[in-house]
Amino acid sequence: MKNQNLYNYILTIADNSLILAQRLGELCGHGPNLETDIALTNISLDLLGQTRSYYQYAAKIAGENKTEDDIAFLRIEREYKNCLLVEQPNTHFGYTIGRQFLFDVYHLMLMEKLQNSADEILSAIAKKGIKEVSYHKRFSSDWVKRLGDGTEESNAKMQEAIDDLWRFTDELFFMTASEKEMVKEGIGIDVSIFKEKYYEEVSEILKEATLIVPENKYFTKGGKEGVHTEHMGYILADLQYMQRIYPNMTW
Amino acid sequence: MTLTEKPNIQENLISVLKTVSDPEIPVLSVLDLGVIREAVEKDGIVQIKLTPTYSGCPAMDVIADDLKKAFSEIGKKAEVELILSPAWSTDWISEEGLQKMEEYGIARPLSESHDKDVLLSEKKLVKCPQCGSTNTHLVSQFGSTACKALFKCDECHEPFDYFKCLK
Repeated sequence: MKNQNLYNYILTIADNSLILAQRLGELCGHGPNLETDIALTNISLDLLGQTRSYYQYAAKIAGENKTEDDIAFLRIEREYKNCLLVEQPNTHFGYTIGRQFLFDVYHLMLMEKLQNSADEILSAIAKKGIKEVSYHKRFSSDWVKRLGDGTEESNAKMQEAIDDLWRFTDELFFMTASEKEMVKEGIGIDVSIFKEKYYEEVSEILKEATLIVPENKYFTKGGKEGVHTEHMGYILADLQYMQRIYPNMTW
Repeated sequence: MTLTEKPNIQENLISVLKTVSDPEIPVLSVLDLGVIREAVEKDGIVQIKLTPTYSGCPAMDVIADDLKKAFSEIGKKAEVELILSPAWSTDWISEEGLQKMEEYGIARPLSESHDKDVLLSEKKLVKCPQCGSTNTHLVSQFGSTACKALFKCDECHEPFDYFKCLK
């Protein structure tokens, strides 16, 4: 492939949206109440829409008649470049909200930078995405506050989720070789620029939610280079089943 | 990919475009909604540029198919291209479209600052499409589709959708 770095870079961003959308999709019909159920699946749909725009672009770069569906459904685990945070399971509602919150704050900051990318298509996707992601962030931040500053039990569960998911936040700011190359070309975003701002904003909201900001300095990474947690295989089994069993099926 | 805000739509194609509606809000045509950014006939083929309201809007595929079908019925071939830039805005919904939307039971989008007041500070500004009262409250920021929020009227007690301002 002529433009391998750009292709990789697009997937690094897009795979986060795909896998998180898949995780949220699991809650369709299972949300704690109707409004939350609809909200979570709406967020999932936004992310899936963004994913499609990215994959259509990546498919063009890949050539050889590749389609967005090939990229979504026919890769092996090691080829997915999403961060570990988004693949973490919906252990309980606190985890769903915690994962969403920790990702949304990052995602919005990334989109705000990406809209100025030298790449016209990535910039257009980001401009469109910003409006959607700001809604996501508003939703997840509100819930962090509501649960954190809620009952003793909701506070404990929200704290448990944040404590547990905290170790995946540092990876959001880890840059692969392809990302670094893209930064040099003015296409990619140097995410280290807003790392400090990210932790500031997250901490502020956690404090408002009467939660304790974790001090854990042990972080895990690997997803962006294809080394995933044990949950990833199960997600892909669900995601890929139909295309693997009935190749090229359409709705 | 740069298109000015005013869409480039060829006069003689308007009557056909008017017959294609948004499957989620059937009273609105694609023209009312402002999602058609260009429609021109070149070498016997109608070339249409369509922009989504939200990235994941599932209505887009249906609209693209419906457009092709509508033109094929008058013996014309149509090609539909999905474009993302410039991003769609609720400002592009026509006044006629806004009126039809309200009659259909969906509250029209407020200005950007009022929209924020309503969704963030829970101010009472959204007008109930059933009884006209502004004594309404936000139930959920996400309604039956991504573009709407769910409200309830505290006068007539009816739930209703509010079309969120998008700019």
